[in-house]
Amino acid sequence: MSAQDKWENEAIEVAGGKVSRREFFGLTGSGLFVFFWAGPGEFFQEPARLPGRPSYPEDFNAYLRIGAEGRVTCFVGKVELGQGAMTSLPMLLAEELDVALDSVDIVMGDTDLCPWDMGTFGSLSIRQFGPVLRKAGAEARGVLLQMAAERLNVPVDRLKVNAGVVTDSSTGKHVPYAELVQGKRIERHIGKVELKPVSSFVVHGKSPVRRDALEKVTGKARYAGDVRLPGMLNARILRPPAHGAVLKQVDTSAAEKVEGVRIVREGDLIAVLHEHRDVAERAKTLIKAEYDNPKVAVDDRTIFDHLLKNAPQPQVVDERGSLTEGEKLSAAIVEETYLNSYVAHAPMETHSATATIENEKVTVWAGTQTPFPVKQQLAEALQVAPEKVRVIVPYVGGGFGGKSASRQAIEAARLAKLTGKPVQVVWDRSEEFFFDTFRPAAVVKIRSGVDALGKLTFWDFKVFCAGDREAKQFYDIPHQRTVSAGGWFGENPAGLHPFAIGPWRAPSVNTNTFARESHIDILAGKAGMDPVEFRLKNLSDKRMRTVLQTAAHQFGWKPAQKQKRLGVGVSCAIYSGTYVATMAEVAVDERTGTVQVKRVVCVQDQGVTVNPDGSRQQMEGSIMMGLGYALAEEVRFRGREILDHNFDSYEIPRFSWLPRIETVLVDNPEVPASGCGEPPIVNMGAVLANAIYDAVGARLLQLPMTPARVKAALQRS
Amino acid sequence: MRRTISFTLNGKPTRLAVDDERMLLWILRYDLGLTGTKYGCGEGLCGACTVVVDNETVRACSTPISEVAGKSMLTIEGLEHEGKLHAIQQAFLRHNAFQCGYCTSGMILSAYVLLQKASRPTTAEIIRHMDDNLCRCGSHTRIVEAIQEAAGSKERG
Repeated sequence: MSAQDKWENEAIEVAGGKVSRREFFGLTGSGLFVFFWAGPGEFFQEPARLPGRPSYPEDFNAYLRIGAEGRVTCFVGKVELGQGAMTSLPMLLAEELDVALDSVDIVMGDTDLCPWDMGTFGSLSIRQFGPVLRKAGAEARGVLLQMAAERLNVPVDRLKVNAGVVTDSSTGKHVPYAELVQGKRIERHIGKVELKPVSSFVVHGKSPVRRDALEKVTGKARYAGDVRLPGMLNARILRPPAHGAVLKQVDTSAAEKVEGVRIVREGDLIAVLHEHRDVAERAKTLIKAEYDNPKVAVDDRTIFDHLLKNAPQPQVVDERGSLTEGEKLSAAIVEETYLNSYVAHAPMETHSATATIENEKVTVWAGTQTPFPVKQQLAEALQVAPEKVRVIVPYVGGGFGGKSASRQAIEAARLAKLTGKPVQVVWDRSEEFFFDTFRPAAVVKIRSGVDALGKLTFWDFKVFCAGDREAKQFYDIPHQRTVSAGGWFGENPAGLHPFAIGPWRAPSVNTNTFARESHIDILAGKAGMDPVEFRLKNLSDKRMRTVLQTAAHQFGWKPAQKQKRLGVGVSCAIYSGTYVATMAEVAVDERTGTVQVKRVVCVQDQGVTVNPDGSRQQMEGSIMMGLGYALAEEVRFRGREILDHNFDSYEIPRFSWLPRIETVLVDNPEVPASGCGEPPIVNMGAVLANAIYDAVGARLLQLPMTPARVKAALQRS
Repeated sequence: MRRTISFTLNGKPTRLAVDDERMLLWILRYDLGLTGTKYGCGEGLCGACTVVVDNETVRACSTPISEVAGKSMLTIEGLEHEGKLHAIQQAFLRHNAFQCGYCTSGMILSAYVLLQKASRPTTAEIIRHMDDNLCRCGSHTRIVEAIQEAAGSKERG
């Protein structure tokens, strides 16, 4: 009997007796009756695998379990990257299920226990997955009310729920959820149930202490590289000096002599393994390897011409009116080209994974944003069935889009298979910079006009290689055209970029916003108007007007204030359904070109707010991280060789950069909760470029605005 | 060279027979299983591996174990006292002064050393002292507030 047959024939408990799983599936398939069943490990799984393309399971049991003792466990395929989903998602379930928030536990990112999920990215956990989880909670609550009505023998509409206890409002008779469920799976469904209206929310709007707080302040939080398994080996993998370099010859004889070291080779994978990572690393340095390094002429200076020359055909994103007509209406026309560099994700935790294979089951703990896609990739790489692969995502030490790609998980699993031992792969910082899927360098060309009254007349926007997300603008412009050529998501010809690129926190949008909002400021200047006044004159979108006006109020924006070397800037954006206005004050040292950001005010309308403090953390974090790509971060490279290896040359923001940060959440209960993790970062390029211009009259058209570029712009101005 | 190294680790006398050129970080993480100390850069540039040796911050990734012989070392695992969080840990927790948490052990231990030396540091002193501890999630403003609060509570306590 195969393992699968055995599993299917094993008796399982159901309400009123025992049936085999095979019978169970047959029965539930026919939809004849509802009942409970409980099994040990497989309790949490979807009862049936969905055919074809995966999607969120319909059965609410996939997302929640009510234990015999009354605690509720929430199961989600999302992962905790630091963004706080571990804290905010249980709030949604507690809200709909009407249970105490502190009675809810959460299991995240375990492909054996949690319902399928595409990945944790795109500011979608609340916006897109939130309604799925809420629906599960609401339906479960509806079923539990029916069961309570039957148990108490009263009509459903007399029942009220508080903290997981159902009470008959007439007699006071009550029954807790736990007693109704008795630790079993709920096999009854009522389909679509109304979600709780915003006016009835009691959990939304609270700011609980983060669920990961205690583990993170005590050092007990486990990341993929903290997993320890008996007999585990650490792997250090031989890496090429540049992308595309081909190994010509290799001599591992000296490395092999190091005591306790194992060296394995499978195709291009050459690894040195030892119980201790540092011993493996030292042995790896003894390997002599020669590579054929193909010459590629492009570098970080010539890349922009290369991109313009080789970008794919532009696609129209948005078009209305006639650009020619618009030009005729214009009193002034401005044409500019904006450049943005490759930037690294540089999470503090490098890509890490630990893999073990036991009884043909592959288990991989991986620091990844995409456990379910990684499970599929592992199955393909090891040529095993997907159900033989389990991916578990412990805490992840930052992702920002960079851990959507998880090559390290495949490496660890391949090495576990080759050695027959558990294997850990923890990239060093140089590997992290080498294999990172950088935010693509990009070029934006804008030609646009303004009439004598300060109204925008036309807008001709061409973005090359950043991607088309939020390329379409939101100002009132009668004649406009937006085109996009290539992007961060695989729509490029081979060889366009010298190395891998991918999503970086708010993909496309940092570049598109930098260009648009810089250009709007230049046009305001042409119109002789204050940048805020000019924006408001050309904006009818109510939500955007509100965030901009709120920002101006909070910041104390005064038209045309002039203080030497101190400047103020503004930038507006919409992303992931969220509206953001940012204002900043900077000081510019004209002698050195250094920019010190003194103050940043960020105002955000994200619809309903689930966790206000969690949202503020995202806003503060976005502002700090945004200082990096705005002022310092760019990947240096020569051909396909990455020249940045560590934080000495690749500078990320530090404490001494910290401005005074003020965050404001505009309450908007009319709109469902939208994205929060990325929108507040997108304004950081333009708001600082505009503030620098205000301070010293130098217009920066390229990110990052390094001291050298600020000085060069000063000389031009 | 393999030899026996003795030191005090989180208040406990510790003896290890190891190659004395190995870096402290790997010995803590693999030989001793103290995974609260993190690898971030391997070159002393990020502070994720910060530990305290004789009341000074030390970058465990680039400090050979030989350098701690006879000294007293504190890692994040040793900061709780009789099951109670240290005032700095409490302040980090209250302020949600972290996101991914990967830099947090190093941040807390750097702050610990600062508060050993200056009971009421100014904001400028906090920023100067913490400047080589990197945080990618951008929790800086909360970390500064947490340290300020911990300094205050230390004086009260």
